[in-house]
Amino acid sequence: MSAAAQGWGRLLHPREAVQTLRDRFEQPRFAPGEHYLARGQSRSYGDVAVNDGGHILDTRRLDRFIAFDAQQGLLECEAGLTLGEIIALCLPQGWFPAVTPGTQQVSVGGAIACDVHGKNHHRAGSFGCHVQSLKLLRSDGRVRHCSAQENPALFAATIGGLGLTGLILSACIRLQRVAGAAMQGDSLRFANLAEYFALEAESAPHWPYTVAWVDCSARGAALGRGVFERARHAAGAAPAPPRALRLFFTPPLSPLNALSLRAFNTLYYHRPGAQRSAQRWHWQSFFYPLDRIAHWNRLYGPRGFYQFQCLVPPAQARAAIAQMLELIAASGQGSFLAVLKTFGGLRSPGLLSFPAPGTTLALDFANRGARTTALLAQLEAIALAAGGRLYAAKDACMSAESFRRGYPALGDFTQHIDPAFSSSFWRRLEHS
Amino acid sequence: MNELRVLIIGATSAIAQACARIWAARGAQLLLAARDAPRGEAIAADLRLRGAAAVHCLRYDAGLPPQSLLDALSGIGMPDIVLIAHGSLPDQARCEHALEALHEAYRINALSVLELATLLGEALRAQGHGTLAVIGSVAGDRGRASNYVYGSAKAAVAAFLSGLRQRLHGSGVNVLTIKPGFVDTPMTRDFAKNALWAQPETIAAGIVRAIEQGRAVVYLPGWWRWLMLLIRLIPEPLFRRLRL
Ligand SMILES: Cc1cc2nc3c(=O)[nH]c(=O)nc-3n(C[C@H](O)[C@H](O)[C@H](O)COP(=O)(O)OP(=O)(O)OC[C@H]3O[C@@H](n4cnc5c(N)ncnc54)[C@H](O)[C@@H]3O)c2cc1C
Ligand SMILES: NC(=O)c1ccc[n+]([C@@H]2O[C@H](COP(=O)([O-])OP(=O)(O)OC[C@H]3O[C@@H](n4cnc5c(N)ncnc54)[C@H](OP(=O)(O)O)[C@@H]3O)[C@@H](O)[C@H]2O)c1
Repeated sequence: MSAAAQGWGRLLHPREAVQTLRDRFEQPRFAPGEHYLARGQSRSYGDVAVNDGGHILDTRRLDRFIAFDAQQGLLECEAGLTLGEIIALCLPQGWFPAVTPGTQQVSVGGAIACDVHGKNHHRAGSFGCHVQSLKLLRSDGRVRHCSAQENPALFAATIGGLGLTGLILSACIRLQRVAGAAMQGDSLRFANLAEYFALEAESAPHWPYTVAWVDCSARGAALGRGVFERARHAAGAAPAPPRALRLFFTPPLSPLNALSLRAFNTLYYHRPGAQRSAQRWHWQSFFYPLDRIAHWNRLYGPRGFYQFQCLVPPAQARAAIAQMLELIAASGQGSFLAVLKTFGGLRSPGLLSFPAPGTTLALDFANRGARTTALLAQLEAIALAAGGRLYAAKDACMSAESFRRGYPALGDFTQHIDPAFSSSFWRRLEHS
Repeated sequence: MNELRVLIIGATSAIAQACARIWAARGAQLLLAARDAPRGEAIAADLRLRGAAAVHCLRYDAGLPPQSLLDALSGIGMPDIVLIAHGSLPDQARCEHALEALHEAYRINALSVLELATLLGEALRAQGHGTLAVIGSVAGDRGRASNYVYGSAKAAVAAFLSGLRQRLHGSGVNVLTIKPGFVDTPMTRDFAKNALWAQPETIAAGIVRAIEQGRAVVYLPGWWRWLMLLIRLIPEPLFRRLRL
């Protein structure tokens, strides 16, 4: 099977029967007693898009535009279309996705099913806030039209519903008007976690996009130091994005280790570009720096990697995140790409949506077996004790208890699951 | 009004759709002929948004005579490019004893194509310019036990086009025979895929390029030319023993 069939973290080796659907008119074959799951671009890290022992409905050929109202910025399209393809069509006409995650290689169906968030959560909420309506195929062969008015409960369950409510065939989404293809803003170094929170509080009211990279190897007085970015869409020219690269093979030993990690983080923090106001970026460099390197996930070697992403409510955020960063730095694990973002108060309709007011920390860990899973369990415990939760799209090992405690609407959600749909993620958490 | 005009027959095919997206992005006018009207309309809407100057839908079913398509076309006017893409992979085992299956396979993969090539080739000649591009297959290069009904129908198409190309030489009309190798499309959904398989987008880029270059025959991806040469060179006494 291709690398795409194992989750972006490359931890799993599932056995799946794949049906590639040609378009939104094709009726998948549902056999009695079997379980099914839709898959988009496999950009989720763990097992939410994996269905070991079951069937996959591959939606990558559900890639037709249906209608675009260039006055209102309303786009209807099949669910397998990627945000990248949408940007290619709509940006020249002045429109951009209202919310985008850190890669443009995600499908609309995947973005809805994980209710993804971006650097503008404090301003725009999550992807689900901009879904006007969607068409959902259930295993009884009938299509449900879902929106805030029609089948609202199923609509709420499907947004952030991890593919468990059926197959999203198409959706109508609202885009945002933008001034142009450039981004304009500031990069600002901060020396510790307290400075991060100060910068965030000062910037959020004025900037639509805010995010921070943290040096997860720094400790002591420098704990939580990093680089803060704030930006907005802008007209005019922007520096061309750097040339695309590609990792053709998986190195037998990952070049990412404690030493290279420390060196990278230190250099990244001190690089001249880390402190530059009135900066301009090309939209690709600002939103999707990692998309430049195709198959960058192979960098972690044949054993794959975990990603950890948690949310901590505002009152506990400082203390809990400091505790996590201290633990990570002490472990010598952690990664180049630790990200901090403070969410806002806009709630999407999604029952299982991850974003909520508070601060989120996301980072990768090369898979070093028990050492890594032990660290992940400690981080999970801190998040949970602080009243937080983990993000399913990034998860490969959270406990059933933290899933239940982190997502209080789980009981309501369960009633909307399609009886023929399931995933490795769901079975892991339902039966553990 | 100087946009490129393209007629695609079998417009719902994955390979044809990928070609259509390339032409749409260049602002071409597209005429889509398909037997499945809702699918055809959905593809037309997509292509309009992707930049096509205009898209018209026509009905064509390879099981029926082509006259109604030709009549519809006479109202719209002849295109610069005709791409004949429809086809289907017959159940080889069934064709080995059921003659109606054999006839059906030939109707869809050979006879309907020859009818269209005859009538549209003539219309292009009358117009004095254009390209008639037809999707054949590497399977037509040598009959194999596993799919010689399909393969021989594609071989008929290739031989026919070779003659037509000669006849139309000097008329301003080029005839292109397209021979794809294994392509990952709905037609081949039940096959296990390996490194020999290509995506329809790759094949489509090759088709559009070959039309522009006025090629006569193109293998896609290009290396199939050499592989098929080797396969054709295998002497019959040896070939008959092989299981391909
Ligand atoms: C580099 C990188 C950066 C990222 N940054 C962010 C970020 O900033 N914010 C964020 O929120 N996420 C982020 N992610 C995660 C990513 O946005 C989500 O995992 C997203 O869901 C992936 O979309 P996909 O099309 O690949 O879906 P898949 O991974 O294929 O599937 C994800 C889920 O969606 C379901 N699904 C997919 N299509 C359908 C459908 N048609 N109908 C029903 N269910 C469906 C699947 O069943 C599965 O449960 C990032 C991922 C990467 C690799
Ligand atoms: N895939 C390969 O490996 C491969 C290799 C070499 C050559 N080819 C050739 O490439 C061409 C395109 O095929 P594809 O791979 O793109 O497969 P595809 O997506 O399955 O397309 C096949 C097309 O043929 C149409 N069709 C079938 N029977 C028809 C009929 N009776 N009347 C009208 N249209 C009919 C189908 O219409 P519906 O949508 O209505 O079903 C569909 O549009 C075919 O000629 C095929 O032989 C394919």
